[in-house]
Amino acid sequence: MSDVPLSHILFVSTALFFIGMYGLFTRRNMITMLMAIELMLNSVNINFVAFNKYLFPDKLDGIFFTIFIITIAAAEAAIAIAIIINLYRSHQSIDVEDATELKF
Amino acid sequence: MILTDFFILLRQELLITAIIFGLLIVKLGKDRSNESILMLINLLLLLNLAAGFFCSTEGALFSDMFRTNKLIVLEKNILNLAIWIISLQSYSWLKTHKHVIEFYILLLSALLGMFFMISSGNLLMFYLGLEMSTIPLAAAANFDLSKRQSSEAAMKLIISSAFSSGLLLLGISLVYGTTGTLTLSELSSQMGHNPLQVFAFILLISGFAFKISAVPFHLWTADVYEGAPIAVTAFLSVVSKAAVLFVFVSILYTTFKSLAELWYNLLFLLALLTIIIGNLFALRQDNFKRFLAFSSIAQVGFILIGISGSSQAGTASVVYFILIYVFSNLAAFGVVSLVSAVTGKEKISDYKSFYTTNPMLAWVLTIALFSLAGVPPTAGFFGKFFLLMAGSANGSYWPITIAALNMVISFYYYLRVVKAIFMDANDKPVQKLVVPALPKLALYICVAGIIVTGLWSSVYDYIYSLSPGF
Repeated sequence: MSDVPLSHILFVSTALFFIGMYGLFTRRNMITMLMAIELMLNSVNINFVAFNKYLFPDKLDGIFFTIFIITIAAAEAAIAIAIIINLYRSHQSIDVEDATELKF
Repeated sequence: MILTDFFILLRQELLITAIIFGLLIVKLGKDRSNESILMLINLLLLLNLAAGFFCSTEGALFSDMFRTNKLIVLEKNILNLAIWIISLQSYSWLKTHKHVIEFYILLLSALLGMFFMISSGNLLMFYLGLEMSTIPLAAAANFDLSKRQSSEAAMKLIISSAFSSGLLLLGISLVYGTTGTLTLSELSSQMGHNPLQVFAFILLISGFAFKISAVPFHLWTADVYEGAPIAVTAFLSVVSKAAVLFVFVSILYTTFKSLAELWYNLLFLLALLTIIIGNLFALRQDNFKRFLAFSSIAQVGFILIGISGSSQAGTASVVYFILIYVFSNLAAFGVVSLVSAVTGKEKISDYKSFYTTNPMLAWVLTIALFSLAGVPPTAGFFGKFFLLMAGSANGSYWPITIAALNMVISFYYYLRVVKAIFMDANDKPVQKLVVPALPKLALYICVAGIIVTGLWSSVYDYIYSLSPGF
């Protein structure tokens, strides 16, 4: 386990964060955009756990933070999906390109 | 931790929690008329506001996760006042609404999150408070379930706030990785000019800038403000912005003090961009809510100039300006929400010759707009004056001059509305409105606040005496 250096793990998490950001900017389906945001949050989780395990193993701050991020991401997804369902009822679509009444 | 300490330091949060649970019980009980529920809630919020002024002490709880002092109590009182005024103003909208209690539960849980965020002494607590204050607001933005614009606004709000909290979290994780602590007081000694820490700091700033809608991150603001119900728009533009600004000032001044020369320039750049772009977009708006959205973006630019002063006067002028901003913006929103609830009209061109039919409301709106623009007898002038004075303390006069010139531009679009109200002819002006007692009370409080906080100088002196130095 400790054979893997910290920089490798940080590379994975950074890549994951920017893949998530790319997905958020390019995808047009709201559920997929939500998934992209979850990817960003999960990459932060990896960051926290890795920092905690490699650099500061005597305290558990990072692990606690991860647990709270997971909880809040679930709450955020619940509200976002409720909003998307309501949007589908009024627009008959979950494509962001169709929700264009408010501009400039 | 002694139990009495717990009850005294946390009393504002405990009161809000008690009100939320009380409302849940009322919801479960037998059906009541909306009028009686609204009366009860407004009374509870008034009690909540009044209780905030008693026994304010300093202290910390839960091993420095939660801390409070007199300035924090004052900031919470300002937020309590704002939510009470918003609640009074939304009376005529909520009177016929089916889900009154749910609306208040959402707003109050957002307020509870803001309280925890303002008092946070730890980045974990800060993040939890921030999310607790934005997630319920996204649900509240969608409160007109059948309106197409409302759900679009809520979708934009939740996606952009989730993205911004993603940036903020990456920043926090890098801060944790380089320092090994999340406690704000320990962080301040360990932040340096390590490139990773500077990157983390810039990510944190962009997370904040999203929430206060400073310019490169402002695009969601106008759309959300236009689509959401007016009470929620008022809450978003006053309460949630004020709460994040309070935290922003205290985190910049204490935790990131060692990076001061970095954020000093960054803030000036953000502030000038925010003022100029907010003003230019406000010039071309015809929807009143969008107009107020861009005007609030420009006001945030002035607040950022005050923050860059990095002195005791910086904190004091920001808190003072936010107090004035609460009164003047809520007075404007109060009139707009009354007109919109009865007639459904939200365009500025609908307000032509508004004075002929509703002289009282026209005067309130005019005083509010004068205060937002910064015309001398009103408080807005003194607020902006103190902000610019605090910003110029470090000797950078060029940006201050540009900001002051932008006040002239802002006069154009504020006074354009005043001209429409008093001078422009209109065949079908807004009909004569009957203003119910509670919204009328809210409007009187706002106007009194605009005039009194401007003329009575001990308000500023009191805030200045509470503010910490740099």
